[in-house]
Order: sequence, then structure tokens, then C-alpha cells
Amino acid sequence: MATRIQFENSCEVGVFSKLTNAYCLVAIGGSENFYSAFEAELADVIPVVKTSIAGTRIIGRLCAGNKNGLLLPHTTTDQELQHLRNSLPDQVVVQRIEERLSALGNCIACNDHVALTHPDLDRETEELIADVLGVEVFRQTIAGNILVGSYCAFSNRGGLVHPHTSIEDLDELSTLLQVPLVAGTVNRGSEVIAAGMTVNDWTAFCGSDTTATELSVVESVFKLREAQPSSIVDEMRKSLIDSYV
Amino acid sequence: MELGASGMFVPAQTVGTVLCCICGVTMAPNPTNMCVRCLRSRVDITEGLPRHGAVVHCPECRSYLHPPRTWVRADLESKELLVFCLRRLKPLTRHVRLVHAEFVWTEPHSKRLRLKLRVQRETVHGAILEQSHLVELTVHDQLCPACSRAQANPDQWSAAVQLRQHVAHRRTFFFLEQLILRHGAAIRALRISEADRGLDFFFGSRSHAVKFVEFISGVVPVRSRSDKQLVSHDPKSNIYNYKHTFSVEICPICREDLVCLPPKVAQALGNLGPLVICTKISDSVALLDPFTLRSAFLDASQYWRAPFKALLSSRQLVEYIVLDIEVESSEVTVGGSRYSLAYAQVARLSDFGKNDNIFTVRTHLGQLLNPGDYALGYDLYGANSGDLEIDLPDVVLIKKSYEEKRRNRSGKARPWKLKSLNMDVDNTSKGRADEEKRNIEYEEFLRDLEENPELRFNISLYRNKDYQPSEMASTAGGDDVPSMPLEDLLADLELSDGEEENDDAGSMME
Repeated sequence: MATRIQFENSCEVGVFSKLTNAYCLVAIGGSENFYSAFEAELADVIPVVKTSIAGTRIIGRLCAGNKNGLLLPHTTTDQELQHLRNSLPDQVVVQRIEERLSALGNCIACNDHVALTHPDLDRETEELIADVLGVEVFRQTIAGNILVGSYCAFSNRGGLVHPHTSIEDLDELSTLLQVPLVAGTVNRGSEVIAAGMTVNDWTAFCGSDTTATELSVVESVFKLREAQPSSIVDEMRKSLIDSYV
Repeated sequence: MELGASGMFVPAQTVGTVLCCICGVTMAPNPTNMCVRCLRSRVDITEGLPRHGAVVHCPECRSYLHPPRTWVRADLESKELLVFCLRRLKPLTRHVRLVHAEFVWTEPHSKRLRLKLRVQRETVHGAILEQSHLVELTVHDQLCPACSRAQANPDQWSAAVQLRQHVAHRRTFFFLEQLILRHGAAIRALRISEADRGLDFFFGSRSHAVKFVEFISGVVPVRSRSDKQLVSHDPKSNIYNYKHTFSVEICPICREDLVCLPPKVAQALGNLGPLVICTKISDSVALLDPFTLRSAFLDASQYWRAPFKALLSSRQLVEYIVLDIEVESSEVTVGGSRYSLAYAQVARLSDFGKNDNIFTVRTHLGQLLNPGDYALGYDLYGANSGDLEIDLPDVVLIKKSYEEKRRNRSGKARPWKLKSLNMDVDNTSKGRADEEKRNIEYEEFLRDLEENPELRFNISLYRNKDYQPSEMASTAGGDDVPSMPLEDLLADLELSDGEEENDDAGSMME
């Protein structure tokens, strides 16, 4: 199911967090509310790690990862790298890569099987991605935008892309990714999907400005309604309540 | 296969649909990703635009005030009024773009003007929203300064032109009336009234009067003087209000007048025989010596330096019948007309058949006259020469007469008619006799117009709707009575507002 949260009054939760099937990274905020929201959902299932990357809080946009690995930009400090290596499970390969485009979260969108990358990414980086994340890499654009990591968010069950994507593009991407895709918005009409939400196979977190319509689209395309974490049976479902009058 | 701008293959791009983020209805994606109705309900681009306004309107002249001082004439719900209202609502255009404007109908007596405007403005996310906006303007009635002045004193004139000609007939004034109508010289006149030997024109401002006086001096030889009378004066701002009067005297010599030139003038003109005929009056006097075919022109200023009166004028023309013509000299063209000297034997029509009074005279009409024709001339048979040491001729023929032929067509309506000026006629004293005289003179004037194409040059003639061309063949024989070529007549355009000239008929010259 999808939850609406805020990071320090900002609705761009995808900027300050990274959610995968094996772990969750959260930025260090002034209050603990953001972290508690993730903890409440995921505590028993996957580790929720508080971190910074390159001394910044925009960790969601700087790193890219799935259950197999995590890629970090060259600006990551050694302490951060070590902290992450310690906190994450052993099967997750943490790798710092030398790449000119250092905002890896904006350049790479991936699930556990397929990744879409920025068309100008280095050849070596592409190979590293295929190696570390264990995915098939495709260079693509979304609705004419080259920052694929920002304008689409997809998991193993479904994906949400930029609203101006044409039908032909949608079909093509869907074929590549092998998941159903839908064009839509989050955070009350914002087109930057991945910055406004973060998602894995059984849960999603959206900015608090997300309208009920958008939330229902998210829930239906990512198939979150029946989704349960693999080891926990959750009977109670939070009902959707509009938070503003 | 579609080719893009660079000639490369571009795959077809069909736009998909997304859900409106507020209401969930499917729609094509737009920069805000909200459907139009949600957008309209959330964003109001007409916020801050004026919804009410006031305009000032003068009910007399139906014009609207554009502060601080300009009054714009406009009808209700007209284009001019729309432009005027939009100009008054100028602050509107600062933030939004105006796409369309129109009037919403209101009752004329409601004193409200409703405008429906369509405005466009860019909202957040770059989407351009178009919305319609109603503005209501309240109309306040207030007399504009011109109308209030007119209301206070409707007959207030500040300049008058008194046009006078000291002759016994009104031919000049008929002619002038037509000229004035044609050129519209008196449209600014507040009032025109008829006086004993002339006309009075009243104007609202001195400059209009001056313009009129200049027009008159361009068509007839005049001398004028102007005077002014102080009406009021504001000592603080040094404003003086005057009434100006222009006294314009027209030269008493008319066409076809017989003039005896004073010796000084005759000498100045190169010893032109003292008896001369005036052939044409424009801004100068054209004189023709009928016995030598010499002509001279007298400028207005030249004439007034040594003014002289006419000896005999066209009221004293007598009809003669031409018995014989003997052309003496060859044809000469003087001032556009052809003359040739001839000896003619004529007899007065009153004498003809009764006695044998025959006069042999020299005439300048050798060109025109044939034996058996009728001519009009001045009878000098019994005249005393007085101080002049010249031989007075017995008769001076002036023009050919069509009187007989006219009698055949008497009573027929003319195919053309003239318009007349709107005058206040002084009906008090003169009475019946004068009116008779006037009608006769007018009839002669119309005949003059028929006979002389050059007179018609500056006059507008209108087609007479009541005229039916005669079905009988005209009694031909000799030359026909000269008449107006019908193509030259202007059709009187009748519109609902009044009559207007149709200028397609062009110039009047044949």
C-alpha cells in the first residue's frame, strides 16, 4: 500500500530516500519523523539505514541500486562508503564508480532485472551496472527527457512514467522492461515521478501533496493493494484518507 | 513514414491520456496535469481585474468623455464605443492578454454598459488559461461644454458675414447659393438669413467666417471689411470675447450687363470702347467690347479702386428678330467663347409686322445668329449720349433667344432640379409682388443654366424624379432648344438619414 509522507515539509520524498527490495536508505533530517515513517513500514523486513552521500542529503538522486547492489558516485566519502558496507546485508555489493555524471539516481532507473540509463553514460559504467546490479541495461529517453532516473519509477511489478509519454514510447518501454507501464503524475500534477515517490515490490511512499487519484493510480499500477511483504501477513490496511479539507 | 524537419524518419507520436490529478477524469496531458475544470476552479486569472467602471456621457451630442478633456462621439454598442471602453480599462492589459471583446446587450435607459472580455494569462507550470470576464460600466450623464454653451444660448453666434450686392435682382445670389451648396462652404453656419439686398451668414467662430469670406472672394469679386464688438472680458485671465462682423460687398456688375466705362478705366484698359459687355464674372470681371472684339479682365482690387455701375442689366433686355446677317470678320475665340463680328439687320419683336423699324447694327454674335433667329439685346435707340462723345449704337445684341421655342415646350417639367440652402426668409414686409419677381428671376436663372454649360461647371444638378420624358417627337426645325445632357445629372441618393450626393457622375463639363 502507498503512504504519504513529507521530508521536512518537502513533498519530494524520492530525493531524500532510496527504497529497494533488500534495504532502504534514508537521509538524515532535522526531526526523526521521516525515518520513523519508513521504520514503521519496513522495520522487521529490511534494514532502514540513515546516511548521507557526499555530505549531502539528496541521497535518492545520487545513488542507484536494487537488491543485488548499490552504486555510489565518486564524490562519496570513505566514511560513508564504509558505513554503508557495514549496515547493508552482505549480498548487496556496494560499489563506488568513477563517472562524469555523478547524480546516478537521475541517470539510472532500475528494478531487479532491467535498468534504463542516460544515453550519455560511459561504456565502463554500463558494464559495471550490468555487473554489480545484475541487470540488463538499455539506453533510453522518456518523453524526450534524457534523465530517465528522474522521470520514471518502476519496480518488478509495474512502472509509472512521465505524463507526456506517447503511446508508442509507452509500448516500447513496456516491452523492454517487461512490466506494465502507465503515464501519470505524483504530488498534485508534478511530472518528476522518481523525485516525488519511491517504491519497491510491496510498498510505496509518495509526497503528501499526492491526490487521491494519483495515489490510486500508483497503487493499481504497482499492484500494491494485494501486496504483502514476503515474510509478514498484514491484515490491517490503512484506509485512504484525504489529509486536506 | 513521416519525415521530420531534418529529413530523418520520425516515428508517429500519439499522445496518450493521463488522469487528472484532482478529479481523476481522463484527459490529454498538459503542463499542469489538471483537467480544465479543476484548473478553472482553482485558478482565477481575472483576479485583480477591474469589474466596474464609470464613463461620462453627454446626452445631447451622444459623446463620451475621455478625461481630462476629449469628447469622443460614439453610438451605443458601436465599434468606437468598444475601443473607447477598452481604452478606459487600460490597467487590464498590464497582466493579461485580451483576446476578444464584445458588448452584452443592456437596455439603453439602464445607463449601464456591459462588456464581455476574453483574457488569457499564464499560470504556474506554464499553462495558458483563457477565461471570460464581465465588466460593467456605469454611464453618468453630463452635458459636454459645447452642448452646455449651445443650451444656454442657442442663437449665440460670434462671427457674422453680411453678403450684399447693390443691384435690383438676385441672380448672383441664386448662383452663389448653388456654389455654396456644392462646395459645402456654409456647413459651419449656425444660421442663414435673407436680407434686403443680400444674405447674412452666422458662424460660431471667427475662423469659420474667415474661411467663408475667402471662399466667396474666390468666386466673385468682392471687397470686405471686418469689425468686432466686445461682448465680455475677463480681466484676470485677459480673455476678451468679441462678436466679429464681416461686411462683404459683391461687385454690382453681372453677366450680360451693359457697362459704360468711366474714361479713366477705359484708358487704363487700353482705350477699350466705353460701351462694353460683361461676359463672365469669376473672381475677376471679364469685359468684351462688342464692336472690336477686344476683351479685358478687371481684378477685384482693380475694380474697387474705381468702381462703376452697370448701365443696363439683363432685366432690360428686349427681344429682337434677326432679319439678315453679314459676317464681317473671321471667328475669334475670346475667353473660351467664339465670336465674330457681323452686321445684322434686326427689328424689335414688338415692331415686327406692325411697322418697318429696322436697325442695322454691328454685333459680336455673328457666329450664332442666322436670319430668322430671335436675339435679346439692349435698346439704345432713343437714348441720350449725355456727356459721352461717342456714337451710341441703336441696339447692342447680347445673346440668342430661345423664347419662341420655349413657348412650345411651356409647362413641361425639367428633367433636373436644384437644391436650396436652408434660409430664414424675412417674410414681414415685401409680400406678394416681391415673391412674383423672385419666381420670375429664378425661372430666368434656371434658363440661364440650361443654356450655358460653363455656368453649370461648379453646380450640382440632381435628377428630377417627377420628370417623364415626352413621348411625342420634339418639333424639330432649326436648332433645338439647348438642354442639359441627362448623363450629367447627379442621381439623388436617398438614404434614410437624408440625401447625399452620388459623386459618380463626375464633372459637369461636356
